[in-house]
Amino acid sequence: MKVSIVDYGAGNVQSLEFALNRLGVNGILTAEKEIIMNSDKVIFPGVGEASTAMKKLKSTGLDKVIPNLKQPFLGICLGMQLLCNISEEGNTQGLNIFSCDVRRFTNKLKVPQVGWNIIKNLKGPLYEKIENSYVYLVHSYYVPIIKSTISVTDYGLEYSSAIQKDNFFGVQFHPEKSSKVGSSILKNFLNL
Amino acid sequence: MLAKRIIPCLDIKDGRTVKGVNFFNLKDAGDPIELAVNYSQNNADELVFLDISATEQKRKTLHELVFEIAKSIDIPFTVGGGIKSIKDVEKLLKNGADKISLNSYAVKNPNVINELSKQFGNQCIVVAVDAKLVDNEWKIHLVGGKVATKLNLFEWVSEIEDRGAGEILFTSMDHDGTKSGFAINALNKISSSINIPLIASGGAGEIKHFVDVFKYANVDAALAASVFHYGHISINKLKKKLIKNGIIVR
Repeated sequence: MKVSIVDYGAGNVQSLEFALNRLGVNGILTAEKEIIMNSDKVIFPGVGEASTAMKKLKSTGLDKVIPNLKQPFLGICLGMQLLCNISEEGNTQGLNIFSCDVRRFTNKLKVPQVGWNIIKNLKGPLYEKIENSYVYLVHSYYVPIIKSTISVTDYGLEYSSAIQKDNFFGVQFHPEKSSKVGSSILKNFLNL
Repeated sequence: MLAKRIIPCLDIKDGRTVKGVNFFNLKDAGDPIELAVNYSQNNADELVFLDISATEQKRKTLHELVFEIAKSIDIPFTVGGGIKSIKDVEKLLKNGADKISLNSYAVKNPNVINELSKQFGNQCIVVAVDAKLVDNEWKIHLVGGKVATKLNLFEWVSEIEDRGAGEILFTSMDHDGTKSGFAINALNKISSSINIPLIASGGAGEIKHFVDVFKYANVDAALAASVFHYGHISINKLKKKLIKNGIIVR
């Protein structure tokens, strides 16, 4: 199986590569359109800042390639947020795959949210045989509940910890850092 | 709801794990990778690795150790100790560290907190703060407590937040190694004055100390070393007790 990891300067891609290795898969870190288009699965990682990340995607032309991909596609953390319309982070125009805006937490809780929180109301193939569980999250911005929401998490308010539309999946948490359950979710994605 | 985190801390010297009692008396407590895997499989929420190697020469291989740790565990970890440049940070993050922890470097060059948060995202920038009471005032200390500064603890943590750090790790030098409980009052004062996560460190000796620090100091995470390394407290037992006391843990 060919799995490409979109290379756009996002932080800590190493951990994602190791998590795939543990599942017997070698991910290819690349910004080459051809390689990405011809992969069986595409993972769009994300640790970083939204406007910088979008600039990088535009400079490589990947902003035009990603929305037209037909294979299973997984955006992680910032990678999920960039699939939406506009992010309040740096007032960034995203890839418009999900029609919603990304907002900053404004409640009285600490920002960023750092640590383990519960995913619930799980739906769809990404969560096959997975029950409500603790996953690891680090983020200051969130995707609200929309019709594409496939799991919900509560941090002062309920928001989307995962979304899905056709072949596009987005998870706010880090499956590569979420112990056994994270590994099972990655495995479900690879099995799509 | 977000769970409170339990974080074992592994002090690394020349590639091996050690634990200082009051920072000065070092004992060997094993192989870092083996310990890390053990913790990740036994319910630790996160790990912190602090390199306390005496010389640059011996610290040079830290990024290689980080690479091996990232390969071996599937929970987040922070790396600190002896970070002196943006390049050091970049190297550690690239090799798989989720967060880096700054200490003296940030005290000597506070601007670096702004720069690093901007470049790598504030979620991966932890500032570690070591302090002790001097004439009834909490003062920041450096080099594992050996060097006193004039910096006031509460002013410094507020500055750290303003400069954009993602988390604060506070160690009370007066409590560290004593096993007599965390510095509840100071922690509570910090916690109520900042809006970024706070990790409590120094003084854990028994399960009750963890219950108290979450109940009375409202911290987001508690860090300890020897009580975990020497098996005095098992993380599973600790978490069961915390749940019994109404504290949310994973």
